[in-house]
Amino acid sequence: MVDLSKLYSMNRLYYVLLAIGGLAVLGGAYAVLMMEHHGHIISGMNNQIVWGMPHVFAIFLIVAASGVLNVASIGSVFGKAVYKARAPLASLLSIAMLAGGLAVLMLDLGRPDRIIVAATNYNLTSVFAWNVVLYSGMFSLVVVYLWTMMERRMNPFNKAAGLAVFIWRFVLTTGTGLIFAFLTARQAYGSALLPPMFIVLSFAWGLAVFHVVQKVIYAWNEKALDPAILQRTKNLLGVFIVGSLYMVATYHFTNMYFAQQKGFELFILRDGGIYPNLFWWGYVVFGNVLPLLLIYFPGLGKTKCVMIASMLVVLGAFALLYVFIIGGQAYPLNIFPGYEVSSTFADGQIASYTPSIYEFLLGFGGLAIAFLITTVSVRVLNFMPQDKPYISD
Amino acid sequence: MSDIDTQRRQFLKTSAGAAAIAIAPGMMLYQTVRADTAAASSKVRWGMLIDTAQCKEGCNDCVTACNKENGLSGKTGATDSQWIRKIEIKDISNGHTVSLPMMCQHCEHPPCVDVCPTQASFKRADGIVLVDRHLCIGCRYCMMACPYKARSFVHETLTDQNPDVPRGKGTVESCSLCVHRIDKGQIPACAEACQNKAILFGDLNDANSEIYKKVRSAATVQIRADLQLNPGVRYQGL
Repeated sequence: MVDLSKLYSMNRLYYVLLAIGGLAVLGGAYAVLMMEHHGHIISGMNNQIVWGMPHVFAIFLIVAASGVLNVASIGSVFGKAVYKARAPLASLLSIAMLAGGLAVLMLDLGRPDRIIVAATNYNLTSVFAWNVVLYSGMFSLVVVYLWTMMERRMNPFNKAAGLAVFIWRFVLTTGTGLIFAFLTARQAYGSALLPPMFIVLSFAWGLAVFHVVQKVIYAWNEKALDPAILQRTKNLLGVFIVGSLYMVATYHFTNMYFAQQKGFELFILRDGGIYPNLFWWGYVVFGNVLPLLLIYFPGLGKTKCVMIASMLVVLGAFALLYVFIIGGQAYPLNIFPGYEVSSTFADGQIASYTPSIYEFLLGFGGLAIAFLITTVSVRVLNFMPQDKPYISD
Repeated sequence: MSDIDTQRRQFLKTSAGAAAIAIAPGMMLYQTVRADTAAASSKVRWGMLIDTAQCKEGCNDCVTACNKENGLSGKTGATDSQWIRKIEIKDISNGHTVSLPMMCQHCEHPPCVDVCPTQASFKRADGIVLVDRHLCIGCRYCMMACPYKARSFVHETLTDQNPDVPRGKGTVESCSLCVHRIDKGQIPACAEACQNKAILFGDLNDANSEIYKKVRSAATVQIRADLQLNPGVRYQGL
C-alpha cells in the first residue's frame, strides 16, 4: 500500500498558498477600489511626494524582472549549462514580476480606467510611452523565449530568442532608469548614471529573487541543490552586489563634488532622518555588507547563508528605492538658487510623507500577483532545473 | 428605364434625404459650438511680466482671484490644488527679501509636455501650456518634470466646479493662463485682480503691446533660465 498522506498534505499546502496569494491580491484590489472611489487623498501621497510606496514596489518588481533574466542570458547567450538549465524558471519569474509590477504601476494611476488612452495616444518624446512598448514587448519576447525552450520543435530558435531577450532587457532597464534620468530640474535625478546604475542593480536584485525561489522549488520537490552550482551563482551574486554598491557610490560621489548638489547629498546621507537611516542601515549594511559577509566570509557561504544574503539583498533594494524615489522628492526643488524661500506650497521645505495602508495593500497585491503566477506555473508545468550529471563548463 | 430602376432611385433619394435631415441638426449644433473657437494663432505668444517691486508681501489678491475664477477651494493642505502661489524669497547673501507670484511659466520647451505619455500635456499654438483632462491618465510624471512645481494633482472628488473650467479627480492640473478668458478677449484673473499692477499680461510677439516694450526696456529675468526652457512668464526686480 502506498502512503499517500504526504501527497495529500502537499496538495493542501498548495491550495493554502494559493489562498494566501489570492487574499493578498484581493487586498490590492480593495485598495484600488478605495483609491478609485475616494481619490488619492486616502494614500499618503500629495502634491510634493507625487510618487510613493506603490512606485517603490512597482519599480522593484520591474527592475528585478529584467535582472532575473540574467540567469537565462548566461545560459542562452553565453552557453553555460548550469544557467541554461535554469533559464525556464528565470523566464517565468521575469514574466511574473513584470506582471505584478505593471499592475501596481497602472492601478496607481489617477485614472486607471483610461489605460487604453496610454495605448492609443502616443507621445514619442515621453519615456513613459516608450516604456509601454518596452514592457509589453519584453512580455511577449519572454513568452516566445519560453516557448523555444519548452517546445522541442521550437528549440532551434532558442539561441535567437535568447539573444533578443538579452538585448531587450538592457534597453528596458535603460528605459526604467531614464524615467528619472530625464528629470532635468530635480537634484536627485537628472543623471546619465542612472540607467547603467539600474542595470547593475537589476542583476543583483534579480539573482537574489531567483536564489530564494529556486530554493523553495527544490524543497518542494524534495531535492537538494548541488552545492557546486550554488557556489557559482552565489559568487556571481557577490560580484553583482559589489557592482551595484560601486554604481550607487559613484552616483553619490559625483553629486557630492558638485557644490549645488551638496545640500541634497547631506540630506540623503546625513541629515534627512529616515532617509540616511534607510540608506546606511537598510541599503548599505543590511542590503550589501551583511550579504557580502554571508557569501564570502570563510566558513560561511553555505546554502542557508546564501538564502539569508539573498533575502537581505531584496530588503536592501526596497530601502534604496524608498530613499531614491521618496527621499528624492522630499528634498525641496531648487527654484531660486541662492535664495531662502517659503510659500503655502511647501517651497523650501522638506516634504513629509507617511505611506497609507492602501499603498501597502496595492504593493503587496503586486507581489502576490507575481507569487500566484509563479506558484501556479511551477505546479502545472515543469520549471524544475534539470542539471546534467556532468557539468562541462 | 425599368420600373425597378425608378423605384430604386426613388428609394435612394428618400434615404439620402432622411439621412440629411437626421444629421443636419447635429451639424448645425457642431457649427454653432465651434463658431466662437477660432484656432489659437502661432503668431501670438501669450506671456506675463511680473514686477516684483510692485508685488506686496502678504498680499494674496492674485491667488484669491485665481481660486475664484477657476473654482479652486483655496485650501493649502498638502493635497490641495494651488495653481498660483505667493513665494517669499530672501537673498542669502544680503538678506534682501522679495515677494512674487509663481505659477505655470508656460515654457516654450515645456518638460511636462515632453514627458507626458498620452499627449495630455500640450502647448497651444499661442504658447499656453494646458492639460487635456480627457487624455490625462494621472501618472504625475509631469509633476516630477516641472522645474517650477506648478502642477497639482486632484486628490479627491470635486464639487461646485466652474463650468468654464472643468476639472477632474485623478488628473493633473495647473494655471491655464485663464485660457477661457483670453479666448473671450479678457485678461487672466490674477492680472486683473492685482491692485498694484504687478502683473502685466500680453502678447510677447506683438511689437505694439506694452509687455513687448517693457521686456525690451527693463531688466527682466526668466526663472531657472539655466534650463533654457524659455518661459512665457518673466520677472522684473529679481
